[in-house]
Amino acid sequence: MKERLEDLRDAAFKEIQDNIDLNELEELRVKFLGKKGEITKILRDMGKLSAEMRPVIGQMANEVRADLENKINETKEILREKAKEQSISSETIDITVKTKEIKRGHRHPLIQTAEELEDLFISMGFSVVTGPEIETVENNFDSLNSPDNHPSRDLSDTFYINDELLLRTHTSPVQIRSMKKYGAPLRIVSAGRTFRFDDVDDTHSPMFHQLEGLVVDENISMANLIHTLDIFIKELFGEDMKTRYRPHHFPFTEPSAEVDVTCIKCRGEGCPVCNFTGWSMELLGCGMVHPQVLENCGIDSEKYTGFAFGMGIDRITMVKYGINDIRLLFENDNRFLEQF
Amino acid sequence: MLLPVNWLKNYVDLNISSKEISDGLTYSGSHVESITSMNKGIENVVVGKIEKIEIHPNADKLLICMIDVGDGVYTVVTGAKNLKEGDYVPIALPGATLPGNIDIGTTDFRGVESQGMLCSLKELGYADNVIPKEMKDGIFVFDKEYSLGENVVPLMQLNDDVIEFEITPNRPDCLSIYGMAREASATFKGELQEPEISLNNEVDNINSYTNGIEVETEACRRYYSRVVKDVVIKPSPLWIQTTLMNAGVRPVNNMVDITNYVMLELGEPLHAFDLDRLGGRKIIVRQADKGEKLTTLDDVERTLDENDIVIADENIAIGLAGIMGGLDSEITANTKTVLLEGANFSPRHVRLTSKKLALRSEASTRFEKGIDPNLCSQAVERVCELIEETGTGTVVNGVIDVNHTSASLHTIVLRPDRARKLLGVDMPDDDIVDYLERLQFKTTLKSGSIIAEVPTFRDDVKVEADLIEEAGRLYGFHNIESKPLTGALTRGEKPYNKQIEARVKSVLQGIGYNEVMTYSFISPKAYDKLNLPEEASERKYIILMNPLGEDYSTMRTTLMSNMMDLLGRNENKGIDEVLAYEIGYAFIPKALPVVDLPDEKQVLSIGFYGQKDFYFMKETLETVFERLGVKNLSYEREEKNPSFHPGRAATVYSGNVKLGIFGEVHPDVANNYELKKRSYIATIDFDKIVDLTDLDIKYRPLPKYPSMSRDIAVVVDEGVMVGEIDKVIRSHGKNLVESIELFDIYRGNQVEKNKKSVAFSIVYRSYEGTLTDSVVNDIQNKIILDLENRFDAKLRS
Repeated sequence: MKERLEDLRDAAFKEIQDNIDLNELEELRVKFLGKKGEITKILRDMGKLSAEMRPVIGQMANEVRADLENKINETKEILREKAKEQSISSETIDITVKTKEIKRGHRHPLIQTAEELEDLFISMGFSVVTGPEIETVENNFDSLNSPDNHPSRDLSDTFYINDELLLRTHTSPVQIRSMKKYGAPLRIVSAGRTFRFDDVDDTHSPMFHQLEGLVVDENISMANLIHTLDIFIKELFGEDMKTRYRPHHFPFTEPSAEVDVTCIKCRGEGCPVCNFTGWSMELLGCGMVHPQVLENCGIDSEKYTGFAFGMGIDRITMVKYGINDIRLLFENDNRFLEQF
Repeated sequence: MLLPVNWLKNYVDLNISSKEISDGLTYSGSHVESITSMNKGIENVVVGKIEKIEIHPNADKLLICMIDVGDGVYTVVTGAKNLKEGDYVPIALPGATLPGNIDIGTTDFRGVESQGMLCSLKELGYADNVIPKEMKDGIFVFDKEYSLGENVVPLMQLNDDVIEFEITPNRPDCLSIYGMAREASATFKGELQEPEISLNNEVDNINSYTNGIEVETEACRRYYSRVVKDVVIKPSPLWIQTTLMNAGVRPVNNMVDITNYVMLELGEPLHAFDLDRLGGRKIIVRQADKGEKLTTLDDVERTLDENDIVIADENIAIGLAGIMGGLDSEITANTKTVLLEGANFSPRHVRLTSKKLALRSEASTRFEKGIDPNLCSQAVERVCELIEETGTGTVVNGVIDVNHTSASLHTIVLRPDRARKLLGVDMPDDDIVDYLERLQFKTTLKSGSIIAEVPTFRDDVKVEADLIEEAGRLYGFHNIESKPLTGALTRGEKPYNKQIEARVKSVLQGIGYNEVMTYSFISPKAYDKLNLPEEASERKYIILMNPLGEDYSTMRTTLMSNMMDLLGRNENKGIDEVLAYEIGYAFIPKALPVVDLPDEKQVLSIGFYGQKDFYFMKETLETVFERLGVKNLSYEREEKNPSFHPGRAATVYSGNVKLGIFGEVHPDVANNYELKKRSYIATIDFDKIVDLTDLDIKYRPLPKYPSMSRDIAVVVDEGVMVGEIDKVIRSHGKNLVESIELFDIYRGNQVEKNKKSVAFSIVYRSYEGTLTDSVVNDIQNKIILDLENRFDAKLRS
């Protein structure tokens, strides 16, 4: 009996070889340890043994069964691990293959720029307001202190619908609307479409875009204007940007200034883009709101002062992305749009 | 405005470079556009005298000139025909350089060696538009003797720099050399030297030459006149010619040049009439008669009306006031007696006439901005002085000055505190006074305020803020130390519709749509291309009075045409697939013709062509609406919209609110936009979307009880829509229906013709307890029965 157990163990261990697979291993388990297995059989036949042999053989049989179970489990684990590794290594794919299943949509660069500009000012405590594209002559010119004979009022400069209505030539009428509606204090920006009688070429479009800002409060000064715009320019184009404020003339601000900004292309070194001046010219117009404009909107110009600024979003977009033809912004060529 | 720096320095002490001048003036408010050096690379070009001219022995079109340059005589071959012995000419000696890096040496011309070259103005670097007509094709001949061998660069003022300024329309006083000298003097504190005028030889009396000046219109505010006799018309002296050319003006003859010179110098447009050709020897300034004709100096006959102001003699109009003289009274080579006009006309009249006739001149651009009336006399006197100095004629004693301008100067009170507050600069009172005085405002102090008397040439300064700007610009805006905004902290925010826009854009971007931007004005043909009938509401559009052209002439009432245009253009360029959207405005008039501002309706326009179909558009909209919480969507077939395919278009509703229309573009419309692929458009009323948006999301507990799944497959007529069956299922399942998925539509052998089999998988779930078979079966049976009754559906097993 003892020999038989040892033979069984040796036979089983022998069958568990390097090249055994999981199925064979299971068959082997059944053969030795299953309900009708060899070792099970021996254990079942224990009753036939003598009283003194029973514990000895019993112990030995249990030992052999445990050895075999361990061996089988161990081998099973190894085989499983091997199978997993095989399966993984067979699943290697070419990771350089390009598919086209996902197509990302693209934002229009100009609208994106306009929203970025608005967001910048929102972070500085400005509220965004909007106004209509068709405006009254009163809001677009009269209330903004534009002289009756100002050339910008001409049919050769402005699109008219009739004597009282026009396509707004700037976003400034939104200032008028806001001041009339909300009074002072006020801190707003407004971006939108504007229209001027310009034939289409690479730098002109009859429809273009402006962003306008306005702050009205007690004690607002030119120094505040410069501070605000400097922060804005640095946020937009980078910390190394410098600004240059030059006196200029707008009917609705006094004093008025134009702002030149370090050439975005050469960062001030001088290049063909900036005509070797190192400056991107006339990026913004600004000034202190003319007291008459405040009064036109019912705001006490003695108590309140304010500043306003405006910029061409098309120009800023073009400078930012190096776009050299404004027409690209309105043509909506998919190959252009997908670059942004 | 072109400013020759040498000319400027005649009136103001400046010891700085042209670059420093332009930087400084830019910072004080005169924006420099460019600085140009007049010497474009001239070296070794000197004055020579033609001693002898011979015809070339081997070429009869060439001349051999012997040129004396003082320390030697050079032989030069030339083809020019305007030369004679004794002429003084510029000669580029062997070794000289001319503009354009042209090196001059000795050259053999058919056996004769030419030592150097005689120069034309063009060869010296002058632009074609300033070279006098008679010198266009030929060697430049000096007006008189100059020392032989003298360098022509300083002699011809080619050592000058010319600064080009952009002068803003409020500063007509800067449209002159002297005006810029005032600015430079204020900016750099250099002493200003006003031109001193003195006449030495006046004869006779003006009244024996003319019968006077009659001013019949208020549009002429002043008319200052003098007479010059014994006039000899000839070329101007060299210094006047070169000065004019540097300032961009072509020399003509002495009389014209002198009036141009003084206009540039002082800013007052002047006119010289041939007095002997004036009918009645008098000037009448009057309104034109309706239909009156006048041929202006540019040889164009103009038809006038009573809004135009003319200078006339007793018989006819002889000039357009402040714009251009007439051909009939023009100075000619035979002119002997001249009447000089220095006048002041109302800017409005000059502007309107100039605009109406599309005729602009140096004079009109100045008058329409407004000119100091005091300049009339100063400028005419200055012309007389130059006439005397250059021997152009003899000035007659006496003036006629019809002056309707008021002599009173206006004053403005400037509160120094207000200036400091507005500029944000701690500027002492004394500095403010200094700035204003430098700009020629006379100041006095009165109880802490500065009373400033505005000079007559500064009509643009009207209120205190204007004066503060004057102080500020001399202080220098670039010197203002920036200060942060103070005051109450405010919260920046976007209007609600912009917040909704951002959500919609991010959804569409995620799905793969590109954002586009199109013009607000479109062609009236667009409405035809969209197949819209005459009575369509879209055809009630606003028309621009002065469009750039028909293509840009109507304010769009729909965004569909813009979208179709760009889809067509893209396909035309060979792009396989385009998905695009635009959020823009349509302009809906309240009435036509327009009286009030129209409604500007925000519209979401979506369009695509390529691989996607109707259902992709539908799902796009559902995804957008889902993101916004716009619920209770339903669809109605849209068969009547002529822009869309009648079998493939739908109106989408939320509850009973119509949100918009979408579908496949009608083949005819697609064809109108040259689109070959099938294309799909959605036009959604964005204002309604904004109204219906519900961003208030409330959490619903996760289900605790298991779901139960059932399939239903029925055969129905082709015309029965899935949505109708869906509605029936929901009507019986109510809130126990968790989802309904259409998993198959089958047409073919297994079903009759014109029928289809549709199969749904329905998931039932209760939040109150585990569903039982009997409950679900009961619902299923009711659904099937209803489908049979309604649609004659046959259960398919």
